Amino acid sequence: MLWEYTATELIGMLHRKECSGKEIINDVSIRANDVQPLYNSYITLRSAADTASDTICKADECMTLSGIPVAVKDNISTKGIRTTCASRMLSDYVPPYDAFAVERLRLAGAYIIGKTNMDEFAMGSASDTGFFGAVRNPLDMDYSAGGSSGGSAAAVAGGAAVLALGTDTGGSVRQPASLCGIAGFCPSYGAVSRYGLISFASSLDRIGFMGRSVSDLKLLYNIINVRDSQDVTNFSKKNSAEENADIKGLRIGIVKEFSAASADSDVTAAVNAGIKLMELSGAVIKSVSVPSVSLAVKAYYIISSAEAASNLARYDGVRYGHRAENFKDLRDMFVRSRSEGFGEEVKRRIMLGTFVLSEGYAESYYKRAMAVRRQLCTEFDEVFRECDIIAAPVYPCAGIRLGEKTSSVKRYAADIFTVPSSMAGLPAVSVPCGKNSKGLPIGLQLIGGRYHDDRLLEAAEIFEILRGDDYGRA
Amino acid sequence: MAELESVIGLEVHAELSTSTKIFCGCRNVFGEAPNTQVCPVCLGLPGTLPRLNRKVCDYAVKIGHALNCHINPVSRMDRKNYFYPDLPKAYQISQSDIPICGKGSIDIISDGKIRTVGITRIHIEEDAGKLLHDDGYDGTLCDYNRCGVPLIEIVTEPDMRSSAEAHAFLELIRSILRYIDISDCKMQEGSIRCDVNVSVHEKGSPYGERCELKNVNSFSAAVRGIEYEIKRQTGIISSGGTVERETRRWDDKKGISTLMRNKENAQDYRFFPEPDLGAVVFDEEHIKRLKEEIPELPDRKMIRYVKDHGMKEAEAFVIADSREKSRLYDECVSTGRCQQKTAANFIVGEITKYMNDTGKSLSETALNAEGLVSLCVAYEKGTVSSSGAKKVLGELIEHGGNVDDIINDLGVAQNSDAAFIDSLAEEVIAANERSVKDYRNGKKNAIGHLVGQAMKLSMGRADPQMLRKALENKLDTEE
Repeated sequence: MLWEYTATELIGMLHRKECSGKEIINDVSIRANDVQPLYNSYITLRSAADTASDTICKADECMTLSGIPVAVKDNISTKGIRTTCASRMLSDYVPPYDAFAVERLRLAGAYIIGKTNMDEFAMGSASDTGFFGAVRNPLDMDYSAGGSSGGSAAAVAGGAAVLALGTDTGGSVRQPASLCGIAGFCPSYGAVSRYGLISFASSLDRIGFMGRSVSDLKLLYNIINVRDSQDVTNFSKKNSAEENADIKGLRIGIVKEFSAASADSDVTAAVNAGIKLMELSGAVIKSVSVPSVSLAVKAYYIISSAEAASNLARYDGVRYGHRAENFKDLRDMFVRSRSEGFGEEVKRRIMLGTFVLSEGYAESYYKRAMAVRRQLCTEFDEVFRECDIIAAPVYPCAGIRLGEKTSSVKRYAADIFTVPSSMAGLPAVSVPCGKNSKGLPIGLQLIGGRYHDDRLLEAAEIFEILRGDDYGRA
Repeated sequence: MAELESVIGLEVHAELSTSTKIFCGCRNVFGEAPNTQVCPVCLGLPGTLPRLNRKVCDYAVKIGHALNCHINPVSRMDRKNYFYPDLPKAYQISQSDIPICGKGSIDIISDGKIRTVGITRIHIEEDAGKLLHDDGYDGTLCDYNRCGVPLIEIVTEPDMRSSAEAHAFLELIRSILRYIDISDCKMQEGSIRCDVNVSVHEKGSPYGERCELKNVNSFSAAVRGIEYEIKRQTGIISSGGTVERETRRWDDKKGISTLMRNKENAQDYRFFPEPDLGAVVFDEEHIKRLKEEIPELPDRKMIRYVKDHGMKEAEAFVIADSREKSRLYDECVSTGRCQQKTAANFIVGEITKYMNDTGKSLSETALNAEGLVSLCVAYEKGTVSSSGAKKVLGELIEHGGNVDDIINDLGVAQNSDAAFIDSLAEEVIAANERSVKDYRNGKKNAIGHLVGQAMKLSMGRADPQMLRKALENKLDTEE
C-alpha cells in the first residue's frame, strides 16, 4: 500500500511514474480515515472533497512535495482550517493566515491532510491533556503516543500521514517520535521561523519534523529552513561548508549527568547498543560533563511556565475563542471564560508561571532559572569544543501506559533527557534504536552544536544505515 | 509647622508620527473607520510575532539627544502583563530595566527663573486600542486601530515645584517633539498624554509620599489636577494626617481626584524580557548621526531670546515654540539691518495671528525673511505707519513682493514732511475749537482727538508721532 512508504521513496516512485500524487493522497486519506477512530491522531482530518480543490490538481506537477500528504500539528496556524491547540478555548478558531512553515509546505506542493491531536497548548508528554481525547500509540493502543506532538507521531507511525510537522518546547517532537518508533528532528532554535506557531514558551518553542526516515526529515527541513523576516529570532545560519559527518573519527560525547539520571534498563541497553554500533564503525566516544543538567528541568518549568502564562493571557474571550455565556462584569467574563476554556494542566502552568514572575518571587525563581539557562549554554559550548555530537536517551522508559496516574512532578522529571538541549537551543534528533521486550520502540537521541543541524542530520542518517532497516515501521 | 513645599514629577506619553506601527506594517493614522488599520500582528492573533520598527528607535534616540539623555547602545523590550479588552495580547510590549534613553535634563523658564528638570528615562512601547460606547448599543465596542501605534514615555525626576513649572515643562516638551518632527502632539487626538506625580512635604524634611494622577488629558487639566492635589495633600498634612501612596483618577469635569488603587492592591505587571524580540542595538556612529540631525531646540532659544534679546517669556515662547517662526526671526536678526524688537513684534503679533486664524504654516505663505526685514526697516524709518505696516505685511504674506513697491501700490507711505505735518496741524486746530479749548484747559487727552482728525485728513499717511509733536508745539506755544 502507498501509505507504507517514506516520502523519499514516494517521490522516487512519482518520478518513475509508478504512481500518481492523486493515488498517494487517496490511499493515505483512506488509511487516515480508517485508523482515526483507533489512534485519534487527528483533531481535524480533511475530507476527500477538500482534496479536489487543493493540491490534487498540482499533484502531478513536479514540485518537491507534490502529492505528499503532510499532517500539521494543531498549534500551527493554517489559513481557513481551524487550529485548536487541542483546547476548548480555541475549539472553533479558524486562523486568517498560514504559518510560515505551512506556507512553505503549500509552495512545495504538499497536501495538508489534517491537523493532529496533541496535549492542550503543547503542555504535556502523553498527548492526553487535550480537549479532544488522548492519542493512542499505533504500536500498542494501550500506550500513549507520547507528547505533546503525539498526534503527528501516531499519524506518521500509523500510516495516516507520510510526513508531519510537530512542535518541540521541551521534547515534544523527540519524545513521541521515540515512543512511536519514527524519526523526529528538532532543529536549532531560530533555524525555522515560528511565525504562525501558537506560542507556548516563545524562547523555547520550535517547529520540528517527523517522518519514517532521517532522509524524510532532511527533505522537510530543507523546504522549511528559509529565512523569514516575520520572526526576528529566525536565523538562516548554515555551517554546511565543513559539515563532514564521516563516522570515522566522529567524536560522540556521553554526558555523565545523563548517565546518572535514571532511565529504565531496557532503554539504557538499547541506547548503549546504538552507541556501541557507532563506536565499532570508527566513532570516538568521549565522556563529557554538563553539570547544570541536574537543574535543567526545574529551570525549564519555571521559564516555560512564565512565558506560557503571558502568552496564554490573550485568550480572554473578548475577540475570539471561548467566551462564557453568563457573567456579571468584565472581570467575571475573563475569569469564567478562562476557567471554562482551559484544561487542568494548562491552568497549572499558568498559575506556576504567574507565581514565578510575581513581585518578590521573580528574583528567586525566574531570574535564577534564567541564570541556570545561561550556565547550561556555556557548559554545552564547552562540550561541543571536545565533541561533534552528544548521544543520549530520549525518554526514560519505552512506553507510557494510557490512563496511568502519575504526579505532575514525576512526569516533568521524565523530560530530563530532552529539556537541556531545549534550554540551550541545540538541534536534536530522535532515531529508533531498539525495542523493549513488549515490542515498544526506543529512540536514540543525538544532539548537535547550535546551527550544526546539517552535520547532526548526517550523523543521524549514518546511524540509521548502521542500525539497519528493521526498525520503525508500524 | 514649617512651610510646605510641593514636589511634582511627570510621565509624558507621546505617540510617534512614524508612517507605520511599531511591530507591524499597518499604517499609523488617526481617524479611520474602526478596525480598518489592523492586521493579525497588531490584533495579537495566536501565532503572530512582532517585528520592531527601527524608525521608532531612531525617534527615541532623537528625543533622548534633545533632552541630553544618556543613550543606551543596547536596550531591551519587556512585557508588561495585564488584562484589559483594549489590549489584545493581554501584555504591552514596553521597556522595563533597560530603556533606550537613560538620565538627562532640560532647562525650563518659569516666572523668570530657570529650573533644571532631570529626565529619569525615556522608553518606547506600543499603544493600546480604544473602547467606545455607542448610543445604539448598550455594550462596549473595541476599536483596535490604535493598537501598536508607537509611543515614547518620558519620565522626569521630581524636580518641579509648582503647576506653572509643570505646565512650562509640558509646553516645552511638546515644542521639542514638534521641532525634531517625531510627534504631531495633537492633544485632541490623544497623541500626547501625561500622568502626574505630586507630593507635599515640610521644607527641610524628606519628600512626602506621592500620589499618581491618571486620566490627565490636557496640559490645562494637568495644572488643575496638580493644584487640586497640592491642596488636598496640604489639607491632610495640615490637619495632622499622613498622605498614603495612591493612584488616583483625575476627573477634570468635576475638578476632583478619586482613589483608583492604593499600595495594597497595586498592580503587579510581572515584567519580563520579551522573548519574541532581540535586544535593541545601536552602533555609536548611528547614535552620533542622529544627534547631528537635531536643530537648536526651543529650550535653548527661549533662554537666548529672554536673556540676550530681552524678550518677555511669553513672547519668547511664541517664537521659540515654532521652528518656522524662530527660523524667520533668527534670519531677520542675523541681517543686522533691523531691530530685534521690531521683528519680534511683527512675528508675535500679526504673523502669529494670521497663522492662528488661517491654520496655515509659514511655508504655506509667501513671506520670507528678506521681505520682513525690509518692512521692519521701513517701519523703523517711519516710511510706513504701524497700520500701514499691517497692510503691507498682509500683502507680503499673501503674495510677497518688494516692500517699497507694495507701500507705493497700497498708498500707505507715511508722510513725514514737516511742512505737510504743520499744515495738517493748523487745519485741525482751526476746525476743532472745542478740543483745542479742552486741551488748553488742562484736558491733555483731547490731543488724541486732534491727532485722529489730522490722520483722517491725511488719509492715514501722516506720521502720527510727528503730528502729535507738531500739535503739542502749536497748542502749548500759540496761546
